[in-house]
Amino acid sequence: MQTPEQASLLETTATLTVKIIGVGNAADALLGALATPEFAAAQFISVNSDAAALAASSATVKINLENKLLRGLGTGGDPERGQALAEEHFSTLKAACEGAKVVFILAGLGGGAGSGISPVLAKAAREAGALVLAFVTLPFECEGNRREAQAQAALAQLKAAADGVICLPSQKIFKLINEHTGIVETFKFSGGFLLEGVRGVWQLLTRPGLIQVHFDDLRQLLHERHAENAFAFVEAAGAGRAREAVEKIIAHPLLDEGRVLAESDAVLVSLIAGKDLTMAEVNRVMEQVRRQCAHAQIIMGAAVDAALKEKLCVTIIAARQSAAPTNLSPRTETRSPATTTTVHREPAASRPVTKRRSGGSKAIQTQLPLSIISKGRFDKSEPTKHNGEDLDIPTFIRRGVPLN
Amino acid sequence: MFDDGNIIAGLEIGTSKICVVVGELTADGGLNIIGLGQSPSQGVRKGEITDPQKVEENLRTAMFEAEQMADVEIRSVYLGVSGGHIRGFNNRGVHPVVSADREISPDDVDDVLKNAKAINLPAENTVIHAVRQHFFIDGQDGVTNPIGMLGARLEVDMHVIHGHANRLQNAIRLVKATSLEVEEIVFTGLASALALLTNEQKELGALVIDIGGGTTEYVVFADGVIRHSGVIAVGGDHVSNDLAYGLKVPLSRAEKLKLEHGSALVAESAKGQSISITNDLGLELKRVNVEHLQRISSLRLEEIFRLIAQDLDAAGLTDYLRAGVFLCGGSSRVPGLVPLAENVFQMNVAPGHATAISGLTTALDQPEFAAAIGLVKYGSLKNRKRAERPFLKGFLGRLLQRT
Repeated sequence: MQTPEQASLLETTATLTVKIIGVGNAADALLGALATPEFAAAQFISVNSDAAALAASSATVKINLENKLLRGLGTGGDPERGQALAEEHFSTLKAACEGAKVVFILAGLGGGAGSGISPVLAKAAREAGALVLAFVTLPFECEGNRREAQAQAALAQLKAAADGVICLPSQKIFKLINEHTGIVETFKFSGGFLLEGVRGVWQLLTRPGLIQVHFDDLRQLLHERHAENAFAFVEAAGAGRAREAVEKIIAHPLLDEGRVLAESDAVLVSLIAGKDLTMAEVNRVMEQVRRQCAHAQIIMGAAVDAALKEKLCVTIIAARQSAAPTNLSPRTETRSPATTTTVHREPAASRPVTKRRSGGSKAIQTQLPLSIISKGRFDKSEPTKHNGEDLDIPTFIRRGVPLN
Repeated sequence: MFDDGNIIAGLEIGTSKICVVVGELTADGGLNIIGLGQSPSQGVRKGEITDPQKVEENLRTAMFEAEQMADVEIRSVYLGVSGGHIRGFNNRGVHPVVSADREISPDDVDDVLKNAKAINLPAENTVIHAVRQHFFIDGQDGVTNPIGMLGARLEVDMHVIHGHANRLQNAIRLVKATSLEVEEIVFTGLASALALLTNEQKELGALVIDIGGGTTEYVVFADGVIRHSGVIAVGGDHVSNDLAYGLKVPLSRAEKLKLEHGSALVAESAKGQSISITNDLGLELKRVNVEHLQRISSLRLEEIFRLIAQDLDAAGLTDYLRAGVFLCGGSSRVPGLVPLAENVFQMNVAPGHATAISGLTTALDQPEFAAAIGLVKYGSLKNRKRAERPFLKGFLGRLLQRT
């Protein structure tokens, strides 16, 4: 099935051993969808505590986290049980990750297996010497508070353990579905988005780039910026494909109609197209993206893949710095040549920092302005806004000039 | 008693006062200011009318005063408009010259001007001014009168000032309700610039900042044409409001403190000083720190200048201002404003005087009348053109309309 070009491409991939590990029931389905020739170079591993579900999985390697107490049943939606199981089988997990340079972890957070196992797995993979990138979904709001809380807790743990986390809150999918969309379709949809993200990153890392994006770049982008990542993967074909791609990016629901781009402070853009990719097209896309995210540091990559024929694929990963300040500059530790070729381990000192920051990641919700600053006589008039600043509020208050 | 054509009145409905200036065209084409009237304005916030009835009342008072002083009856006015909704930008119109001999005809000029005016405005906005800057013929810059020249491609740069149609209409309706005709509406920033700047200064490049009660207008002239304009809906009222908030005094008291002790710079002598606020009977109510007072007002005024400086920087006009910066408007009376502006803009700053007109010196020297005087000047320029038009047969007259 493989074209010669593809084979040669995959050869370059071979130097980068990638393992894609699905954790829990939700991810099993995704692994099945990923098993295409495109990902032939990757090894699929499925990790689950539910023996029945595992048996149905299409992954090449299956790891059953068994425990006599569970009698082959699942974790019962309890992440603590999942975590205990994973820690019990820590050495198995670590052995499974041995030899990989990059490990992708796919999981649906909120349940027992996904939330409990994936943080431990991330840790195991790191100890095995791999760079860990996690793709996770958060549950729908209607799934209840408990799952939401479990998912958030797991996300925080995962952020501390993995090198990068890309997270898709399922609730955002609601914008894309209508009254009549079936529940199966909806889950397929949210899984599809996650897959697009995996595919985008995969292509980014494995295609020989004209303007290469290395894993360091990606890591640098995601690292220390876990707070909220958004990704979008769009495809366009035909004559006006650059323009079409830009339009799709701007209208992408996961980017909140481009609002995410405007707020993000680091953006990775990767363009992949057939041999006819022109510089003008790259320029057109980048120009628009740059205009959308004026404040962001932009990392770009471009690659040619003959198999794509006349399609143009654009992957965007946008990251926003969380509110908590950090002393650890991401620049200082990445970019060392060692990161791509050898084991990269987080210095122990940086762990607590990451953990503290992940605590702050929940504070995305806007705060009510409890200390109301009176605008005096301008209270009822139309506010004078300038670059988002309300000029009616006294200058000395906005500048924080103390009067004493 | 009077000849209708010779009397021109400018009306500015400002946030803190309403002011009317009456001018008379002299026989030799000069302009003489013969009357002025003013009254405090109560129904205006940030340059926009919020209480039409109060404004109408105040307007009648100011009109009466001006008519008394000038001993004329005012029938029509040039109305100054302002407000945060007003924006200015430059637009270029292109027109290919199609005639066989490539000679540019008046029709070509009309067409290119029409093209330059055809701009994408928000549906609710309307154009207040469209002032031509320069013509280009096949890319050749600086052509002022292209008729009769040869070329294939005629372009024109235009400065367009536009604003919210309904809000502009509010002011016009109000004036009409007092049985006055509105000759034309004029952006007050442009009017102030006309009053203050001489032709040499316009040629050299100058920035005029009119800091009023509720709004600050600014206009840049360079190479003799208007290059940039803008409004920030922040003015002296904001200083008073900041003071009321920061010093915890009532607004009326803050206004008084601003007039008596306000400064654009924190004076060395003010450090540690305090003044007592007394009630009607002379009993002390509160002590206010003068340094705080000056710091609050200084920060606000500096911010206004910084916003303007940023805007000009973004437009790339900072290097064109060889004649410097001119200040007018009621709030430009604040002591220390000139050094503050010099500090921010890093160039010559001078308080503006309405030099281009003769007449009542008391009126000409006051910075708050600059806009209204400019309105009269604008009117006189229009009138002069109108007088020339029949003589020059239509289009030629219009060509001379360079304001």
